[in-house]
Amino acid sequence: MASAALLEIRDVSCELGGRTVLRGVSLSVAEGETVVLLGRSGSGKTTLLKTVNALVATSGGEIRFEGKSASEWDAIQLRRRMGYVIQDAGLFPHWTVERNVGLVPRLAGWPEERIRARVEELLGMVGLAPADFRARYPRQLSGGQRQRVGIARALAADPPLLLLDEPFAALDPITRYDLQRQFLELRRSVRKAALFVTHDVREALMMGSRIALLAEGRIDTLTTPEEFVKVESNEARAFRAALETK
Amino acid sequence: MIGEILSLSLEHLELVVITLAVAAMVAIPAAVWLARRPGPRRYAMGFANIAQTIPSLALFGFLLPLPLIGGIGKQTAIVALCLYALLPILRNTLVGILGVDAGVRESAVAMGMTPRQILIEVELPLAMPSIVAGLRIATVATIGTATIAAAIGGGGLGVFIFRGISMVDTRTVLAGAVPAALMALVADEALEWMERRLSRA
Repeated sequence: MASAALLEIRDVSCELGGRTVLRGVSLSVAEGETVVLLGRSGSGKTTLLKTVNALVATSGGEIRFEGKSASEWDAIQLRRRMGYVIQDAGLFPHWTVERNVGLVPRLAGWPEERIRARVEELLGMVGLAPADFRARYPRQLSGGQRQRVGIARALAADPPLLLLDEPFAALDPITRYDLQRQFLELRRSVRKAALFVTHDVREALMMGSRIALLAEGRIDTLTTPEEFVKVESNEARAFRAALETK
Repeated sequence: MIGEILSLSLEHLELVVITLAVAAMVAIPAAVWLARRPGPRRYAMGFANIAQTIPSLALFGFLLPLPLIGGIGKQTAIVALCLYALLPILRNTLVGILGVDAGVRESAVAMGMTPRQILIEVELPLAMPSIVAGLRIATVATIGTATIAAAIGGGGLGVFIFRGISMVDTRTVLAGAVPAALMALVADEALEWMERRLSRA
């Protein structure tokens, strides 16, 4: 498993503004697998995600991606091999949907026609009719539609790994459920590996091939959703209690 | 009289256009540089703020004896006017760049855009309405302040105003003041229109 992993996080620590946010986290993500990073606010889950695409610098440990250490990667090239989706999509407000989705292919120097075709294909994949949506600006979209565009943008250059930071947290429950289901389907068809940050245990159980429960900058529990319901750590129990009272 | 109003208006316009071109060429790149450097930013804003508080007539007076930039004439006037025009352009450009949504900037970095691409394709276009607003404030202020340039031989519509004051002739004062006010109104409207267009895009 260790050698086949797409992404390997080895004993990674991180300090931000004098505060230790990550304390020796190790985790690997195999191809096609979704690892959910579950935790409370301040548990370090988002920071861990951001160390992977070098948005946040580590202060110890090593991250390997596609068999190469992060230090050997050019940060710009590394990021273009990873799709990135955040809570409110982070779309560029001055660009049309088409330009937003086509960004990474354009940066990679694809020819115009190929980008157009790819954008069309992606919009179809995320359930947005290209003819209706291509020319719209982000402000002309609903929250759910923006998130779909965000996912299309992340998939654009066909990166092997997706990084998602609470991508559905800001959506209403019905839209959220809809997008969660579609994302699962999509991931099955395109077979991407994903690191998926959430604080919602229900979402974690639904989306994860495995769940990494973080607490105070450490991995408290790393297990499958089936096993997660039996884990006896305090933190896991706390999250399950939250599930039951819903 | 009409002919002189026209020629002095043109001269006035020339002072304003040169001033704004120079001020924008200094202030916008400076703001871009300062946007990523909070330390020097404090000093630069402090300097620009202080320059703003010097009474304009006094500033013209201070510049007169200086070598190279000083002396009687347009050049000294333009230097002084630039010092005033710098602050609004600098501040608004900074506000525009720093005001870009954190999620948008983070996405730009995460998509693998280089700092240069982020600046040119994301930050500057999103800051544009704010930059234009700064240019508008600077333009209107410069049109007014430029009337004082006549005091040090800079020409422009201030020539009428100073002549009118010394002759105690209100009509001559108005011959300078009214065209200057009109010029300011037109510039204000035009740039505000541009600003609105840019914010909609």
